[in-house]
Amino acid sequence: MLLKNTVLYNSHIKLNALMAEFAGWNMPIHYGSIIEEAKHTRSKTSVFDITHMGEFLVEENMSSPSLDKLITNPVSKMKEKTCRYGFLLNEAGGVLDDLIVYRLSAGEWMVVVNAGTIEKDEQAIKTNLSKNAKFKNISENIVKLDVQGPTSFEVMKSIVGEPLRKLKYFQFDEFEFLGGKYIVSRTGYTGELGYEIYIDASKGLELWEMLLKHPDVKPAGLGARDILRLEAGLPLYSDELTEDTSPVEAGMEKFIDFEKDFVGKGALLKQINNVSRKLVGLSVEGRRTPRHTNKILVNNIEKGIVTSGVFSPHLNKGIAFGYIATEQAKEGTKVIIDTGKGTIEATITIPPFIKETSIRKQL
Amino acid sequence: MSNIPQDYLFSSEHEWVKIEGTKAKIGITDYAQHKLGDITYVEMASVGKVLNQGAVVTGIESVKAASDIYAPVSGKIIAANNALETEPELVNKAPYTDGWIAQLETTAAPVGLMDAAAYVKFLEGLEK
Repeated sequence: MLLKNTVLYNSHIKLNALMAEFAGWNMPIHYGSIIEEAKHTRSKTSVFDITHMGEFLVEENMSSPSLDKLITNPVSKMKEKTCRYGFLLNEAGGVLDDLIVYRLSAGEWMVVVNAGTIEKDEQAIKTNLSKNAKFKNISENIVKLDVQGPTSFEVMKSIVGEPLRKLKYFQFDEFEFLGGKYIVSRTGYTGELGYEIYIDASKGLELWEMLLKHPDVKPAGLGARDILRLEAGLPLYSDELTEDTSPVEAGMEKFIDFEKDFVGKGALLKQINNVSRKLVGLSVEGRRTPRHTNKILVNNIEKGIVTSGVFSPHLNKGIAFGYIATEQAKEGTKVIIDTGKGTIEATITIPPFIKETSIRKQL
Repeated sequence: MSNIPQDYLFSSEHEWVKIEGTKAKIGITDYAQHKLGDITYVEMASVGKVLNQGAVVTGIESVKAASDIYAPVSGKIIAANNALETEPELVNKAPYTDGWIAQLETTAAPVGLMDAAAYVKFLEGLEK
């Protein structure tokens, strides 16, 4: 299959990016050093090209939208100009995708989905919306840039202006810059103060170059993004979340509005306090890294599996997520991770691994 | 092409060896460290262990993967680079000098290794 390039492809090449396939896209993994990029994001500000992710617009009846029945997010209760994280589930409660919903106006929502699931999500949402609802996949027209780091407000203020200050965590608005009006949300996938910008594809390169001119800003790739999200305790679709895992197993009940009906609700209700495995954090004593599909052993018996792991350059140790049998899923439990070439000692930890960050910084 | 030391020998697995009398220092090449990406962990080689050329000396981990380092020469391990315990990034920064992996007392002359010129040609072949 031919890989898709974002409009920033030539710029990535000029910046000496190592490019690799991700969800059908040719994406920058790093621009020299994954670790330096992760560290820069926690000390200054990084910009990430996240254009591969998908965006849908849904317009429908504001009082009882059919979108409410399709996803776990509190679609009809959300305030305008706020974002909420949640899930698109199958009937068995398995995760088709994790997503963020933006309430644009009383009867209009933007749904932001993962790159690898765009077609599946479109199918699941579009075909089940009420006949009066309007659905539009606008992914092709949007360049999405994530600007993340403790100084990201100052960086973004230099482009968007002082009105940006009003945004609190998980709020958004449309701001005028670069000759248009674009959505900027105070959200991200790093655990730091940060913004996600949804800009017209024709203006994407101009914004990217403008951001890179700021003295605090460096580009960062998907390698650093993976370290940062894991340190911040955030799951990745296709690793921690799949069609065969449920948000209850992943311990994410708080992102589910159980007061309403939604696809998969029945299955989830049966699972509450009754799952055979739980998602946990794993903290290594030392610099070794547990990796995807490594076995987790307790007293020499296989009790779970690592879903993703990285070396944390901020903690100087390996950290990971994994599913483990519920009776073993207690903070402080010592486990052994079998890498296939040796073993690593680790301790079950409640994520986030890094707690002191700029994410909720008062501006 | 990065600077390749002229007095070292190289394996097709991208290890280097610097022979000094009956002793040999070994490490991974600049090409190898670049392919691996940021090195996050180097297992300390077991001093006293006797290896045949091609046997696993120790393990190395990067942000991308865990790999083995193979002995480019037969011998007994007489030293490990302890600095890598806290600073494995030395392998990235100075693969041919401060980032050495182990020192061996050689028991046989290495076989089938490349000199610098041959290794440069070998790398050019890989880039095609």
